[in-house]
Amino acid sequence: MLGILRQRAIDGGLAASTLRRTRSALVSARSYAAGAKEMTVRDALNSAIDEEMSADPKVFVMGEEVGQYQGAYKITKGLLEKYGPERVYDTPITEAGFTGIGVGAAYAGLKPVVEFMTFNFSMQAIDHIINSAAKSNYMSAGQINVPIVFRGPNGAAAGVGAQHSQCYAAWYASVPGLKVLAPYSAEDARGLLKAAIRDPDPVVFLENELLYGESFPISEEALDSSFCLPIGKAKIEREGKDVTIVTFSKMVGFALKAAEKLAEEGISAEVINLRSIRPLDRATINASVRKTSRLVTVEEGFPQHGVCAEICASVVEESFSYLDAPVERIAGADVPMPYAANLERLALPQVEDIVRAAKRACYRSK
Amino acid sequence: MATAFAPTKLTATLPLHGSQENRLLLPIRLAPHSSFLGSTRSLTAHSSRRLNHAHATRRSPPVVGVQEVVKEKKSINSLLITKEEGLVLYEDMILGRSFEDMCAQMYYRGKMFGFVHLYNGQEAVSTGFIKLLTKSDSVVSTYRDHVHALSKGVSARAVMSELFGKVTGCCRGQGGSMHMFSKEHNMLGGFAFIGEGIPVATGAAFSSKYRRDVLKQDCEDVTVAFFGDGTCNNGQFYECLNMAALWKLPIIFVVENNLWAIGMSHLRATSDPEIWKKGPAFGMPGVHVDGMDVLKVREVAKEAVTRARRGEGPTLVECETYRFRGHSLADPDELRDAAEKAKYAARDPIAALKKYLIENNLAKEAELKSIEKKIDELVEEAVEFADASPQPGRSQLLENVFADPKGFGIGPDGRYRCEDPKFTEGTAQV
Repeated sequence: MLGILRQRAIDGGLAASTLRRTRSALVSARSYAAGAKEMTVRDALNSAIDEEMSADPKVFVMGEEVGQYQGAYKITKGLLEKYGPERVYDTPITEAGFTGIGVGAAYAGLKPVVEFMTFNFSMQAIDHIINSAAKSNYMSAGQINVPIVFRGPNGAAAGVGAQHSQCYAAWYASVPGLKVLAPYSAEDARGLLKAAIRDPDPVVFLENELLYGESFPISEEALDSSFCLPIGKAKIEREGKDVTIVTFSKMVGFALKAAEKLAEEGISAEVINLRSIRPLDRATINASVRKTSRLVTVEEGFPQHGVCAEICASVVEESFSYLDAPVERIAGADVPMPYAANLERLALPQVEDIVRAAKRACYRSK
Repeated sequence: MATAFAPTKLTATLPLHGSQENRLLLPIRLAPHSSFLGSTRSLTAHSSRRLNHAHATRRSPPVVGVQEVVKEKKSINSLLITKEEGLVLYEDMILGRSFEDMCAQMYYRGKMFGFVHLYNGQEAVSTGFIKLLTKSDSVVSTYRDHVHALSKGVSARAVMSELFGKVTGCCRGQGGSMHMFSKEHNMLGGFAFIGEGIPVATGAAFSSKYRRDVLKQDCEDVTVAFFGDGTCNNGQFYECLNMAALWKLPIIFVVENNLWAIGMSHLRATSDPEIWKKGPAFGMPGVHVDGMDVLKVREVAKEAVTRARRGEGPTLVECETYRFRGHSLADPDELRDAAEKAKYAARDPIAALKKYLIENNLAKEAELKSIEKKIDELVEEAVEFADASPQPGRSQLLENVFADPKGFGIGPDGRYRCEDPKFTEGTAQV
């Protein structure tokens, strides 16, 4: 990480506005059918919850500001008007209490969708997510399953400081009994949230605040109300043959941009969007590394014991003889998130970092 | 008739929302030796050398009768239970006591291991409440959950096998002493963290209400949450009192106040030790009852359960009770005063019920003895069954982590994707 910080200082870094730039440049670079519809991640999530609520009356939404305020990030907009206060619950500010209530309702057969305003607040309820929800099917030997979804924005936003910027993917993904999903595009958001709500197990659904407003093209198939994506399968966003870049959530966008830059220099990068952190799609990752022989993993969270560490361990264990270079791991800086805009930029991986790491893996760095 | 079973003395204050019943009746002082806070006052006098808490003596709260006038006027001479009910209660309490005693024996013989928390002395609370519930009502408890599971209907064999860690246990040996779950009997656990069960119970009550109001199902199920005095200082307790009262959930919060949280006396840990008072602060009735008296507990429970079934919302019931053994089998139990223990041992709920049944000619000594014998045999048989049962197989280690085993979710046809032989590699774009 210090290496990255030093080089960031030298190179000068990107403007913070990069974080909010729309994806229009990249859209035209992708080979989608002409005239495909576009949808923001926010609308994708909203439509997914809406459709699942109308399909199954046992699904209900609970959280702070989800009703009358239309959602702290407007994800649950319109749901209160459509379904009424008996299915969309504005709770008091009591994460431990309402998360436990959600778990108890799931024990009894309902399907709650519990929103955390950010996953940082889930720390106040983490006992219920782990001890009452994740472990219950095991402790009761299959008698009591918990069909609950915990969703909300995860990871860094823009300038929100240390207590609002942590990424919880690694923490939750280490617990057996939980499924942890991290969508990137609108199609991911729709498909994975619908799968999560239908799933009979507890699912932690890690969204990203900065992706909410981004538009992505979306296929007709994805707009169908029965569309859902498999939990536990990664998606190969871009095929390549020289280096594998594995990442999730917002970093997928950065990785795709890095792949563009690498392509200009003659390096063909394969970008894998994990979609599912737990279960981790080791098969896809290893198959890709066996094809390219080089691995770069990227995540936004703290480096020690992170998701990237697990991916690197998995690849080293299973595909060691296929590796032509040491595995590369890019994560956020090993510090609580600073507030100053330039420091925040330095604390998070940027496109340049991914490009540099890929080049290092290809033995092309200067 | 001034016995230990004088009509239930309840103290409660007006619920904030008011109610149809006229709750503020004439203050009633009942027979002085009915157990109540009086006993606690002398308790603190005895153990005052152990307590350095400023509020060592409890103030006596304003005593207000809460039952409908009819009930209060019910003659002291009319009996509170029929013979059948009495025998059911007696048998349940004897089962709880014998089972727990057998657990202690088995633990010291090495058949049971880990953390085991026994319920001796508190049987009146479990029996008093749970015997009023139906099979579809839910119970949520703490780590001291063996007797709650037994009262709710889980068989002694299943509980004993679970404690031995055998595959025939109610959770196939995967839960253990502190995690008794039974879907069939709606025993929703068994939680190790104090306060953890309260929100889960509130959620189960929430689902009752949801089923009735949204899914339009015929659902009158109530949930009873059992927890201790130590839990009443925990944040989740207050969060749930608030939400249960706010949404009028069909739940009864039962505090088993046995005055000790491991070695921490309730009076040393709590700014206002009268837990029942915390109910009205949130808009629900708070009731204090003598938890060593199963008939009094039962009367209060009837009222609270009826309230919940009628949709009038939650009730907080503080049961003054005592555990005769230590916090767990590993607890040397050195901090509790011998005089205090003797005092409560004299108020053993089983002995009291036995006395009541015999004095009121509801049962003969011989009948009660035969019940005790039957239960002894049942518990012995449970031990034999558990002993003879096999341990879980190795493959069971990785089972039941998910309800959906391969974690691939549910496909568009509604079945698990992993069961679909044509399930392909996903949706990779070319």
